This record gives sequence, structure tokens and C-alpha cells, in this order.
Amino acid sequence: MYARILEERKNSIRYAEKNSAPIHCEAASISGAVSQRACVYCGARVVLNPITDAFHIVHGPIGCASYTWDIRGSLSSGPELYRNSFSTDLQEKDVVFGGVRKLEAAIDEVMRTYAPRLIFVYATCIVGVIGDDVEAVCREAERKYGARVIAVKAPGFSGNKSTGYRMACDALMRLLPPRDDHIRKNGVNILGDYNLAGETWIIKTYMREIGVPVISTFTGDASYERLLAAPSAGLNVVQCAGSMLYLAQRMEQEFGIPWVKASFFGIEDTSTAIRQVADLIGSEETRRKARVFTERESERAARLTAPYHSRLRGKKAAIFVGGGFKAISLVRQFREMGMETVMVGTQTGKADEYEVLENLVSPDTVILDDANPSELEKFLREKGADILVGGVKERPLAYKLGIAFCDHNHERKHALAGYVGVENFTREVNLSINSPVWRYARG
Amino acid sequence: MLDLTPKTVTERGALRVNPCKTCQPVGALYAALGVHKCMPHSHGSQGCVSYHRTFLTRHFKEPAIAASSSFTEGASVFGGGPNLRTAVKNIFDIYNPDIIAVHTTCLSETIGDDLNSYILEMSLPDDKTVVHSNTPSYVGSHITGYANMLSGFIRYLADAHAAGNGKTAVFPGFVNPGDIREIKRMLELLGLSFIVFPDQSGVMDAPMTNTYQMYPEGGTTIDEIRALGGCARVLSLGRFSCEAPADALEKKCGVPYVSLPLPIGVAATDEFVMAAAGPDGSVPGELDDERGRLLDLMLDANPYFYNKTLAVFGDPDTVLGLTAFTLELGMKPKYVITGTPGDAFVRQARAVLDRFGIVDAKVKAAADLFELHQWIKNEPVDLLLGTSYGKQIAKAEDIPMVRAGFPVLDRYGHSYMPIVGYQGAMRLAELVANALMDRQDRDCADEDMDVVM
Repeated sequence: MYARILEERKNSIRYAEKNSAPIHCEAASISGAVSQRACVYCGARVVLNPITDAFHIVHGPIGCASYTWDIRGSLSSGPELYRNSFSTDLQEKDVVFGGVRKLEAAIDEVMRTYAPRLIFVYATCIVGVIGDDVEAVCREAERKYGARVIAVKAPGFSGNKSTGYRMACDALMRLLPPRDDHIRKNGVNILGDYNLAGETWIIKTYMREIGVPVISTFTGDASYERLLAAPSAGLNVVQCAGSMLYLAQRMEQEFGIPWVKASFFGIEDTSTAIRQVADLIGSEETRRKARVFTERESERAARLTAPYHSRLRGKKAAIFVGGGFKAISLVRQFREMGMETVMVGTQTGKADEYEVLENLVSPDTVILDDANPSELEKFLREKGADILVGGVKERPLAYKLGIAFCDHNHERKHALAGYVGVENFTREVNLSINSPVWRYARG
Repeated sequence: MLDLTPKTVTERGALRVNPCKTCQPVGALYAALGVHKCMPHSHGSQGCVSYHRTFLTRHFKEPAIAASSSFTEGASVFGGGPNLRTAVKNIFDIYNPDIIAVHTTCLSETIGDDLNSYILEMSLPDDKTVVHSNTPSYVGSHITGYANMLSGFIRYLADAHAAGNGKTAVFPGFVNPGDIREIKRMLELLGLSFIVFPDQSGVMDAPMTNTYQMYPEGGTTIDEIRALGGCARVLSLGRFSCEAPADALEKKCGVPYVSLPLPIGVAATDEFVMAAAGPDGSVPGELDDERGRLLDLMLDANPYFYNKTLAVFGDPDTVLGLTAFTLELGMKPKYVITGTPGDAFVRQARAVLDRFGIVDAKVKAAADLFELHQWIKNEPVDLLLGTSYGKQIAKAEDIPMVRAGFPVLDRYGHSYMPIVGYQGAMRLAELVANALMDRQDRDCADEDMDVVM
């Protein structure tokens, strides 16, 4: 049984057309949709959470804290503080009389025991409604303790996940020191990589290989001290554009740091990204190193993944991920593997990204924005997809349909970025598509 | 990795660290998934339902559907009535459930949305139903939300004028589909005519069939919920998750109820079986045999359980059951905590411990895992028994752990397998024995390594 597709949703789903007006996207979900999307708080939290030595205090009832407790897979090379869950666990009386006192007390308790240098306080849905002035509490705590206590305004209803990304980026800007024109610019910041399964480390290794210092990482494996050095970078390399393009733009305005979008998914995009960085910031020597390194690693990755290609060639891929930039990379990556993308969608892709996608895929590929499970099901079946790439909510859906699955979200267990990511991704796709279980499942 | 946890316990009045509970709406959502062709609906921001679905999917490894009112700034100022009306229309148009079960969130509660009147004023298709429950996230826990949603179904649907059907209604508590299957199996062995409400078996453990069914075969039907009003009696299992709905049914329809603990372990299963069988009911030989096999196993492995200390943590009904069973095994619960608030938990846990003469255990409601970790740092235990969130303590302190309860996010198969009934107890006993004995094998000197244990 296919559920019908609502009239209002028709402009958000279609078969790819080159050079056409973009698909309807970047809009609020309709009420009643079983959307795969999250909220403002979620967006803010995923961006800031990987800062390893910060206290992340969630001001609100327990849910928002418990659902975000240590679920991201962002790795740390040092402190593990961020993997604990802190909240004010607001109760009914706090909702009636206001939660300010409890928040103040919570900050006092943190300071008394740990004296951290950085606290983020997330204001969730009801905080604004009950009138808590979180900004004022944070200002007062900064004065009292001489630490940074930054309010992140993230009520879930105040937009979508992308709004939350902006709120987090604003919080980061407040963290950074003011412009200093005497600072010597050198090296890059990596923006929009969260070190899932150690991916930030992989990108850092590549930068080291071509002789480009990495100053700060936003926010994978970040720490307070290292973030403060960010304004001294000469270039911002933006990996997840959806979450951090805005920060790059603000840092350009504030510190005059230029930025470049760079995807490290797939051989082609990884090589392009490394060479672009070398072109933009490096010397002749850096460019030469980048050329040599990307050629060597591309060849190596292609050689290591070649044995799988005969088992994957001609298979059909479907993609449903958070942002459009990643979706574009994945289409290219499947092409490198000899696979065709038959359906591609995102939760929060932007119009320009959908435009690129439509021109990249073959004409009858299904493009969809903010899809629900029924829509995913309908097109996965219609297009005869062999594998779905998505996140946690999509996994059991794919399996129920007898379709293979690869997590390209929080639950990835192996790095999917860089050349090593190409190997891991190919291996995972192969493992799922060619699992022996399918012999018994497909009638 | 939990190296920030200091050994010294300091007073915390405001800061919750590493919770042992979550909020009401996710419990309400799980309750609603136990009703056939029901679309759970979260009246709040979009993130709530996204988190809840993810959370349930991580535990059950199954799709968990639910819709959202998708609150915007406007709704949070002017009220969510229009959002709910649009949502209900869209849900029936697109997803075609028989019933929508709306639960509120902290946001819609705080702005004072009146769901009763919203729903009363709606014009619904003839054969469609909408029910609701109030589940403010700042009261109780997900267990409270589970109970509240069940009461919501009863308030809207249970028919006070239903013809007497002589059936026994069983409210199975906040448990896994595997537990519900086991409870139903026992009821069938007892030869009872029954209605289980809610029933997530067949929904949250639906088989792989190469098709996706938004509404799988399982779940209590609307007609069955109506017929609860005509049942002879209710057995409500789990005082925290099911007593309030049983009470709601009694008040509305006059159906008497017996409130029992979750049937975890020997005594609690005996109590359930005896209550189900009734005063002149006999217990079938098959259940007697199962009980006998359980006792046999408990005797065989007895030396490995005896006087082993443990910490039990999770949801109140589950924790009480696990505490009772580990006592029956000869173990010594040292810390017994739940994140769900309420003194009743402490009283009931004390009563369970008293039966075995344990007076020095620490028992706490509204507790968190940070505090449990501190206690363990001061006085360690031999075993952790609870949810996946204990694994960090287990690793930090190098203590073996058995997963039981909700949520279990880091293992597979648990939601299919029961911990209730004699069979469930056998499984638990095996899990606990294996954990303790694996540890003994790992730690013993080479010369003490024994093939026969």
C-alpha cells in the first residue's frame, strides 16, 4: 500500500530535469508530516557538542538533554567531558516560577566542582516561553567566574535545524577573540567536520602531508584553547557547508579570512579539495606536494577498491542525507564505483545544491526534499534501489524493504572521509549489498 | 572515559548529570505504537518527534512512526490549534491510520493549548478517531508518559456500556515486544480469554517481509480498547507504568483491577500466574514445568550468584523486578536506583529488599547515573544490571554488565527476548551467570582456569 502524496508535496518531489527551476525546499515541514527532520536545538547541539572540554548545559526538561547524550560518535584526542549529559532537568515548579534560579545554581555547581573555562547553555523550547533571561544569567556568570558562559538560543520551534546551525555559529563567533590586524596569517581552519569516526584527523593528516598547518577545527576534536587561535588562519576549509558556511561568511567579515567549500567524500572530491587548498594558500612546493600526494593516494584508493567494483557495478543507489553538499559528493562517489544514483534527497538541502544535483544525475532520477517514510518507500521500490544511504531512522525502513543500507550519519562506525573513507565506504556498501542474509530474504 | 566523575559526592540541587530517565512524550509514543493502525502524534516542535523516533529506533531496531504538529514561532505565541487541525487532516489524508493518538510536549503544555476542546471541535471522517493525553516533559518521566497515554486511550474509548465479555484485560507494563509475547503465551496456557493493552508485539518486532508496513499486523485494536469497559477484571503489571490506567478504567467503567509487579523472577511470576488463574483456576502443567526448570537452573548455578553485589538501574517497575529476581538468585543488590521521581519507588524497593533481610542497600528515586558512579567509586559492586547508559561506568570501573530494560542501544536481539515469566527469568539467570563467570575466567590465574564450572 502506497500512501498518497499530498498535493502540497508535489513541488518538493520530482524526476530530475536539467536547467529547470529549483525544487521547492528550505521551507517548514507541513504539520502532520512524518518528517525525518529535527529542530533548532538539534542543529545547535550537533555543531557545538564536539567541543571536547566544554560543559554543555541543557536548560529545559530532561528530554532534550537525554536524547543528545553521547550519540554523535565525535571523537576526542583528549578530554571526554562533552560525552556527559548536563541539564537543569526543569520540573513543574520551575516552569511555574521560572527556571533562572535553577540555572544559576547549576552553573554554580559546575563551577564549584570543575571550574571549567567554557560553558554553553542551551535554551530549549519552553525557556523563552516561561521568560527566563538566559543571556543575563550567562553574563552574570561570566562576570562572577571569569569563564566564558555562552547562551545558545535554540528553542525548537524557532525555525529548523539550519536555524540551529546559525545559532551555534553565532555562539562560536562570540567565543572568538576580536579582530587583531597584527596577527600573522598562516594555515587553515577546518569547518563543518565533527570528527565522526576520526574524520577530522584524516583531513588534518592530509593537510600535514602537503605542508599546510591546521590551526583550528570546527568543531571536531576542538578545545577551547585551539578554537581561540582560529582568527590566525589564512583560509577556512568548509566541509559540511550546511552547518558552517554561515560561520565561514561571518569569519570572512570579521577577520577577513577567505573560505572554500571542500568535500572529502569520494576520490575525486577529496583530491579536488586538497588541491584547492594548496592552490589557495600554498607555495609552489605545497602545490607540488598536493599533486603528488593526491595522485598517489587516488591511485592507491582506486587499486584497493577495484576488487569490489565487479560486485557493485550496475547496482542502483538511493541517497537520503541531511545536507545537499554531501548528497552531491555521494552521487559522484557512487559513480566512481560504477553505481548509478536513482533517488536522492535531503532533509535541509538548499536550492543551489538541488540545482547542482539535478544537473549531475541522470534525467529520471527522483529528487526529493524533506521526505517522509512513505515517500522514501514509494520511490525506493519504484526505482528498484539496491542500497539506501541515510541515517538512523532510514536504516530499518531499508531493511524492511529488503534493501541494503549504509549509515552516512551519526552512526557510522568507520571513517567515510578521505581516501581511507572511500575504502571503508566501498567495503560497507559491498558488505550490505552482498550480505548472505539476502539469499534467504528475497523470495 | 568518565574520568571527570569525582569520588567525593557533593550536594547537587540543580544540575542533572547523566540522567536515568527521559521525558514523558517518548513513553506516550511507545504506548500509542501498541495500538493497531495508530499514528502517534507529537503536539510540539519538530525536534521532539525526531528524537523520540530515533530513540525508539535505536532500542528496537525498527521503524518508529509518529507525526508532529511542527510548531513555529507563530504557534508558540498564538497557540497550536491550527497546527493540530492541519496535522490531523494531513495525517488522515496521507497516512490513513484508523486513529491518531496525540500527546503534548513541554511547549504545548506551557503555552496552555487545550487539546480537549481542539479535538472536540474537529470534524473527523466517520470512521476515524483522535485521542489525546497530556504529557508535560517537566513532570515525571517517560514511564509517566506511557501511563498517561494509556489513560488517554481509556478516557476516550473504553466503553462503560460495553456488553460484559468475561475477558481478563492485561496491561503489560513498559516492556519489550518479546515480553508481551511471553505474557500472551502464558495467558494462553492458562486458558484465559484476554485483551492485552497495549500490545507492541507484531509492531515493534515486525518480521522482515520485503515490504514496509506503516501499520504492521500487531497492536490492540480500537474495538478491543472499547471492549475493555466490558472486561471482568484487569491485571495491571507494573505499578508505575500501568496502575494509573487501570485506575482510570475502573473509575470510568467499573472494571476492578489487581495491581501486580512486573512478572520478573520467581515470586512475581507466581503472583501473576496465581492472579491470572484465579481462586479456583488451576495452573497448567507446562507452566509448572517451566517453573521447575527455572528453579533447577537457579540451584545449579547458585554458587556463582551467591553474595555477589550489584547495582540495578533503569525504570522503576523493571528495576523492582530485577532487584527481586537477583535477590532470589542469592545476590546482594547494593544500589537500586531509578531516574523517575517518586517516593513510592523507594518504599517498594525497600519492601523487596526487606524480604531478604537487606538493610544496607542504597535506594533512590530521581537519581542519576553520575551519582551511581560516585557510589560505585566509593564502594564497588560485582555486576551492573540495567540500561546501555551503564556501559560507561562498566568500562571506567571494569565491572561486568548485563543489559536489561530501556533503553538498550548497543546490543541486538534484546527486544525479541523476554525477561518476564519463568522463561524470561531463565534467560536473565543465564545472562547474569555468563557475565559473572566470563569475568571469573578472564581474571583467574592460569592454573585456576577450569573447563568444568
